[in-house]
Amino acid sequence: MNWHAIRAIYRFEMARTFRTLTQSIAAPVISTSLYFVVFGAAIGSRMGNIDGISYGAFIIPGLIMLSLLNESISNAAFGIYMPKWSGTIYELLSAPVSSMEVVMGYVGAAASKSVVLGLLILVTARLFVPYHIAHPFWMLCFLLLTALTFSLFGFIIGLWADNFQKLQVVPLMVVTPLTFLGGAFYSINMLPPVWQKIALFNPVVYLISGFRWSFYGVADVNVGISVAAIAGFLALCLGAVWWIFRTGWKLKA
Amino acid sequence: MQPIISIRQLSKTYASGFQALKSVDLTIRRGEIFALLGPNGAGKTTLINIVCGIVRPSSGSVTADGHDVVRDYRAARALIGLVPQELSTDAFETVWSTVTFSRGLFGKPPNPAHIEKVLRDLSLWDKKDSKIMTLSGGMKRRVLIAKALAHEPKILFLDEPTAGVDVELRQGMWQMVRELREKGVTIILTTHYIEEAEEMADRIGVISKGELIVVEDKAALMRKLGKKQLTLSLQAPLQKIPDALAGLPLELAAEGHALVYTFDTQREETGIAALLKQLGELGIDFKDLHSSESSLEDIFVSLVHAGASADKPVNQKEAA
Repeated sequence: MNWHAIRAIYRFEMARTFRTLTQSIAAPVISTSLYFVVFGAAIGSRMGNIDGISYGAFIIPGLIMLSLLNESISNAAFGIYMPKWSGTIYELLSAPVSSMEVVMGYVGAAASKSVVLGLLILVTARLFVPYHIAHPFWMLCFLLLTALTFSLFGFIIGLWADNFQKLQVVPLMVVTPLTFLGGAFYSINMLPPVWQKIALFNPVVYLISGFRWSFYGVADVNVGISVAAIAGFLALCLGAVWWIFRTGWKLKA
Repeated sequence: MQPIISIRQLSKTYASGFQALKSVDLTIRRGEIFALLGPNGAGKTTLINIVCGIVRPSSGSVTADGHDVVRDYRAARALIGLVPQELSTDAFETVWSTVTFSRGLFGKPPNPAHIEKVLRDLSLWDKKDSKIMTLSGGMKRRVLIAKALAHEPKILFLDEPTAGVDVELRQGMWQMVRELREKGVTIILTTHYIEEAEEMADRIGVISKGELIVVEDKAALMRKLGKKQLTLSLQAPLQKIPDALAGLPLELAAEGHALVYTFDTQREETGIAALLKQLGELGIDFKDLHSSESSLEDIFVSLVHAGASADKPVNQKEAA
């Protein structure tokens, strides 16, 4: 295992984050805080409880998940796309590193950034909305697993993308709508029966449901199914990355 | 001595169907400076990229210091440094961080003293904290060299290292390459500047249309394929070469004001003395004479043209 290479890639990527703190950390924390101000402190007080939880507290897991998914995908996609765009990918391809080591460096850094961001949003939410965490261990597990899985997904998008527009397509056109429709602001049980069934085809439902369970012990779907869904998507992403490096798709002539 | 790079029957056909390399055989000697010449699209960069692991070969094999570049890629790539043709850099990074990154990427533990030495050798030390985007083209080129040297490679590939570099800097790079060779680093360079190969290389390889058409010691190549010419500036112009001189390798030039005699420097008798005697007997006076030798550029052009027409190797002694 080339630990020096993994460390070099990880530090290089983390340094990029620290160089752009406003864009990488401050902006998502502030924009998510606005949701807490509007839906938690302002409108939330006029809305009824959901599953016995105040509305402001109810939306916290969904909003953290929204940021976590988008930032994981964007960080990892940008991390591997930039060397492709600037041409410095030659160095990565000519280095004595395995595909697993490359993935560990880039995805590890992207997931780390997302987890830090998620925890910062969690701490910031406390300023506006009171909440408690019923299962802190599982909350951290969901946070880590989701960050890792979607960083891997972002890494694949970064390999696939051949322009900046494609980098943004999936987070903006797919992930954000799925998160909004996946129960970030409401319980799936509040939907009409037909839409409840349709919502189960949305993979983000399982992420938000499981994450919310770790906070309040209530979930739209069985928590075991949520864990299985994340694990399944993680395995799918790992398989895709393995195939990409084995074939050199979009990487090697 | 075991060659440091051994290329056997290497072919590459891209997905588009373009055949960039056609069964290339080549060995690179340990510690030499090898210049790979060839026109645009000849296959130079493809060859380098396959050795470095950037492009996959269609067939054939490459070993670096005995390590197969595909099967044993870790050991092989750890030995190799690559300076690419394009000025591909991390624009927002500092010189220090990008060079340090390269060392780590190639599996070496941090060594600030070595990075400092590399930067000082390349006159980049006072720019170590500068962002790469603020550097000139020549400095960026040196940053790429510093990145390639950060992990102390045994083999250094320089793909058009002095493209877009001013004369002074070019001389500095040549000096640096010589010093690296003295330290035991094997250097393979591709270049369009024939004088660069002439100045630096121990051996020359010429590649054209994916085929290696010659591999030879530079001096031997110039001896074998180089020709020398004696040009006589005549007092009075000639309309044609006199019949008495018809058997000699003579040409009229400058509208009859010059007589050019081509001779082989390898032969014991160049025939110059006999020619001058004959000219005297024929009453052909000359006011000046000078001799000239083929440059590597002349040889290169003739080889590529010969390769294009004959499509067969001139000499592949080393490759065999």
